[in-house]
Formats: sequence, C-alpha cells, structure tokens
Amino acid sequence: MIKNRIVLFALSFLLWLTLSWSFRAEDLMIAFFVSILVAWLTADIFPGKVGIFRKPERYLWIIYYIPLFAWECLKANLDGAYRILHPDVPLRPGIVKVNTTLKSDTGITFLANTLTLMPGTMTVDVDRDRGVLYVHWVDVKSCDVEKATEEIVLKFELVLKRIFE
Amino acid sequence: MIYTIVGMIFIIIGLIFDFIGCLGLLRLPDVYNRLHASIKCVTLGTSSILFGLFLYKGFSPTGIKALLCILFLVLTAPVSAHVLARSAHKSGVKLCDESVCDKYQEDKDALS
Repeated sequence: MIKNRIVLFALSFLLWLTLSWSFRAEDLMIAFFVSILVAWLTADIFPGKVGIFRKPERYLWIIYYIPLFAWECLKANLDGAYRILHPDVPLRPGIVKVNTTLKSDTGITFLANTLTLMPGTMTVDVDRDRGVLYVHWVDVKSCDVEKATEEIVLKFELVLKRIFE
Repeated sequence: MIYTIVGMIFIIIGLIFDFIGCLGLLRLPDVYNRLHASIKCVTLGTSSILFGLFLYKGFSPTGIKALLCILFLVLTAPVSAHVLARSAHKSGVKLCDESVCDKYQEDKDALS
C-alpha cells in the first residue's frame, strides 16, 4: 500500500500548490505536512491500482478525450437550448437500457458522468454486475437495447476503455 | 486589454446559458427533463463564467482557483444529477405523459 500513499501524497501536494499558487518556503512546508497527513489518513479509501499511472499512451488518449468531450458538451448545450426556447418544447423522453463492456469502477463512473453531460442523455442508475446503465433520453430514437447502445455509448466507450483499462 | 474583452465575452455567454437553464426549469414537463436543462446548461454556463474570470485575471491565485473550480464542477455536477434522478425514480415520481418507454420500471417490476 506504500505506492498508493506516495501517489496520493504527490497528487495532494500538487493540488495544494495550485490552490494556494505561492511558492515561498513556508507555503511549501505547509503543503508538505498537510499532504502527508492527507495521504496517511485517506489512502485506504482510494484502493486504486497505481500501475495505471505508468503507461504513457493513456495520457495521449486523455488528450484526445478532452476536446471530444468539450465539443459534445457544447453540442449538448445548444441542443438543450433549442429544445427549451422552441415554442412547442419538442420532447420524446423515456428511460432506455444500454450495455457497457467497461469493468473498472473508475471507467464506469466516467462513462456515467460523460453520458450525463452529453446531448439529451442522463444516467439514472448503474448496475455494475450486469454491465447495464439506465439512461434517461430526451429524444428517444429507439427503445431497443442494442440500437440505444450504438447511439449513446459506443463513441466514448472505446476511448474510456483505452484510458482506464 | 484583449484578454479583458475576451473574458467579458465568455462571462456574457455563460450568463446567457445559465439563464436558459433556469428557463428550462420552468418550461419542461417533469423532474427528469428539468434535471437535463439544469445540469447541462448550468454546468457549461458556470464553466464559461469561470473561464472568463481566468482570462480576466490571468495566472494569479484567483485565476488558477477559477480553473480548478471548472474541473471540480465538471466532475461533481453529473453525480448530483444522477443521484437526484435515481432517488426521484425510487420514491415513485412518474415520467411525464409524452414518455415513450421506461425500461428501468420494467426491470424493477421483473425483479420484484
């Protein structure tokens, strides 16, 4: 578990420095002691695998993922604004079921969060054992599980799989 | 100078999106659709306001804190939407009449 603590210490040290954004010796010392305290107290809550930080291609996929996410997020907002401002409020809502092949906790969390910010979809519940997400969709194109999976999940699943698994 | 103007433009765009999100709370029919409006528009709107603040202030403590706030907002806002929707469904809030299908309810009925 010692590796876990070192990674947590480094992350909290960086976070403290960016939050305070002053690099005098006394600030660095406070950051050091607070990060040690945080790493010592909370390492058991974050039992993630540390080796995940070591593979460089993951970082490249993260760099690819951020613009994709930002673009889809902007599209989601324009789509939502159109629906809200249109005089008739065009909606075809419903809760559909989609499959996912992601296994890790972090991957599923990020997939659910991403879906919530995507055009017209919002995660209502997650069943990790069966690999199923229940998604509220503003503009239901098909109630069928396979087709809904194709429309909603696939685009992000491939990228998230390369980042987190 | 140019950063101030671009920052102001970002803040105005953010305010417009926040306003549309609040309008969505009034116009859309049920709790799930309203969550859509509030979460999407308010996340991007507030992020845009914070980004404008960052451009306005530059790499000062305030600007960097605004950037970190964007990160935390994007990470945590969807979780709150998910929890609100899930608890609404569990406590028996019905979907609105135009709804097409409700697989979640079907699966719950099948399991119980």
